[in-house]
Amino acid sequence: MANSEDTNTSDPGDERIPTMQKLLDNPFLLLFIGVVMPTVFYIIWGIMEIVTIPIAK
Amino acid sequence: MSTFNHRVCPATGLRIHKSAENLIKANAFVAIVFLAVGGLFGLLVALTRWPGVHILPADWFYLSLTAHGLDVLLVWIIFFEMAVMYFASAVLLNSRLAAPRWAWTAFILMLVGAVITNVAVLQGNSSVMFTSYVPMQAAPNFYLGLILFAVGALIGCFVFFGTLVVARDEKTYEGSIPLVTFGAMVAAIIAVFTIASGAIILVPTWLWSLGLIGNIDSLMYKTIWWAMGHSSQQINVAAHVSIWYLVAAVVLGAKPLSEKVSRGAFLLYIFFLQLASAHHLLVDPGISSEWKIFNTSYAMYLAVLGSMIHGMTVPGSIEAAQRARGFTKGLFGWLRNAPWGNPAFSAMFISLITFGFLGGISGVVMGVEQINLIIHNTIYVPGHFHATVVLGTTLAFMAATYLLVPLIFQRELIMKKMAMWQPYIFGLGVTGISVFMMGAGTLGVPRRHWDISGADSIIKFDFPGAAYLMMGLNGMFAILATLGGIMFVLIIVGSLLFGKKTGDEPLKGLTMETATEYGSMEHPKIPGTLVLVGVFFVTFILYYFVNWKYLAEVWPLR
Repeated sequence: MANSEDTNTSDPGDERIPTMQKLLDNPFLLLFIGVVMPTVFYIIWGIMEIVTIPIAK
Repeated sequence: MSTFNHRVCPATGLRIHKSAENLIKANAFVAIVFLAVGGLFGLLVALTRWPGVHILPADWFYLSLTAHGLDVLLVWIIFFEMAVMYFASAVLLNSRLAAPRWAWTAFILMLVGAVITNVAVLQGNSSVMFTSYVPMQAAPNFYLGLILFAVGALIGCFVFFGTLVVARDEKTYEGSIPLVTFGAMVAAIIAVFTIASGAIILVPTWLWSLGLIGNIDSLMYKTIWWAMGHSSQQINVAAHVSIWYLVAAVVLGAKPLSEKVSRGAFLLYIFFLQLASAHHLLVDPGISSEWKIFNTSYAMYLAVLGSMIHGMTVPGSIEAAQRARGFTKGLFGWLRNAPWGNPAFSAMFISLITFGFLGGISGVVMGVEQINLIIHNTIYVPGHFHATVVLGTTLAFMAATYLLVPLIFQRELIMKKMAMWQPYIFGLGVTGISVFMMGAGTLGVPRRHWDISGADSIIKFDFPGAAYLMMGLNGMFAILATLGGIMFVLIIVGSLLFGKKTGDEPLKGLTMETATEYGSMEHPKIPGTLVLVGVFFVTFILYYFVNWKYLAEVWPLR
C-alpha cells in the first residue's frame, strides 16, 4: 500500500483506482459474476434438490 | 480515433455510426409492430375475462393468451432492448458498432424466430401459453422459433459487449462508461444468463416435441424455464431504469445524484435480481424451503434494495436539476414545473411512480413464502407484472421512443397534442388493469382461466360480486390502455412516415451532455424527493402488514 508521502508526490494520473471501481469498470468480470451467481444459487442448487427427490415405488 | 461511416448528431456533436443507426431503427420499428399485434391479443383476452362480455370461445382465448404473452413479454421487449443496447453503446460512447453484420444476423434470426413461433401459435395447436409448461406440448416450430429468437438475442448481446471493447480500445470516451451505458450493460449481463437458461430447457423440449426424447420432468422444466421466464423480465428492469436516467439527462440535463451509489444499485441487480425467479415455485413441492427462502426473501430483497435506491436517485436527480434551473419554490415546485407536456418525460415519470408503488410493493409481497399463499396463481400475478412490465418497462420504452424519433429517425413528432395525452391515457388504462387484477386476485380469481363462473364445470365456485365487478373494470381499463397503445403506434409510425425531417438543425430542448459523461451532482438538496420516499415507505409497510393480517384471516391458527 502506498504511504501518504508517496501519495502526495505522485502524479494524479497514477492515482490508485479503488478495487470497487475496477470491478465496476470490468464488464467481463461483471458478466462472469452475473452468470455464476444465479447458476449456482438458483439452477444448480435447484436441480440438485429435484434430482435427490426419492422415486416413488 | 478510428474513422467509420457516420453522421454527426446536431444535438450532441457525437458521431453516429450509420450501421448502428440503421440497426436501432430496424429493431425499434419491429418491436413496435409486435407491440401492436400483442396488444390487440391482450385486448381480446381482457374482453373475454370480462364476464359480461366473454368475447372469445375457450380455444381462441388460450390461443390469444399465448400470442399476447409471447409478443409483448418477449418479442416487443427484447427487440426494443436490442435498440437500447446499440444506442447506449455505439451512440452514447461515440463509437462504431462492433460487428454490424453479426448484429444484422441477430436481427434476422430474432425476426424469423418470432414469426415462426407466432405462426405456430396461430395455427392453433400451440396454445400452451407463454410458460408452455410440460407435459402440455406445442408444435415443434413453437420451440424452434423461440430458440432462433434466443440465439439472435444472444448474438446481439455480444455485439454490445464487443462495442464496449471497441470504444475502450479506440478511446472514444474517457474514464468510466456513462451510467446509462452501465445500466444497459447490466441488462445485457442478465440477458446472457436468461438466454442460456432458455437454451438449456427449450432445446430438449423441442427434441421432445419431435419425439426424439421420451420425457421432460415437469418440475425440472418449470425450475429452469423460470430462470429464463422471470429473468427476461429482469432484463427489462435494468433497461427501463437506464431509460429513466437517460430521459432525466436528455430532457432536463439531470446528472445522477451519485454515480457510485447508482452503480452500486445496478451491481445489486447483477448479484441478486435473477434469483427472484424462485418466487414462481414457492408452492411447488420437491424443492426445499431453504432454496425458496434464500432466493426470494434474502436475495430478492437485496435486488429490491437496488430498485429502491434507483427509486430515490432518479426523482432526486430530476429535483436537483429542476432546482438548479430555478424551480426552488416549496417542496414540490420542481415537480409542478416539470415538463408534463413532453411525452418522453411524462411517460418516464409515470413509469417510475407506478413501477415502484404498484409493481415493486406487490412484487415483494409475492416474494414472501407465507403471504404468497394468498395470491399464488391467481390473477393477482398478472396484475403485478402488468405494473412492472407494462407500466414500468413499456411506458419507459415509449418514453425512449419519443426521444429516438428526433435523435435517431431524425423526424419531428406529428400529432403533438395527441402525443402529449398518450402516456396519461395508456398509464391510466394499465394502472386500472393492474389494480383491478390484483384486487380480483386477492379475492381468489384464478389466472389463465377462460370462465371464472365455471358454468360448464362439475364443481362450481361462487366468487363474490366484487370479483366480477373488478374483472369488468379490468376489461374497461384494458380498452383505455388499448386506446393509448393505438395512439402510440399511430403517432410513432405516422411520424416516421410523415414527420418533418429535422435535418441538421439543433434539436430544441434536448441535451445529451450529461447522458454521455461520467459524473455526479455536487451537494444536491432533494427535500421533495425525501418526502416522496417517505410516502413510499409508509405505503409499503402498510400494504405488507395488511397482507399478513389478511393471511391470518384466510388461514387462522386455532
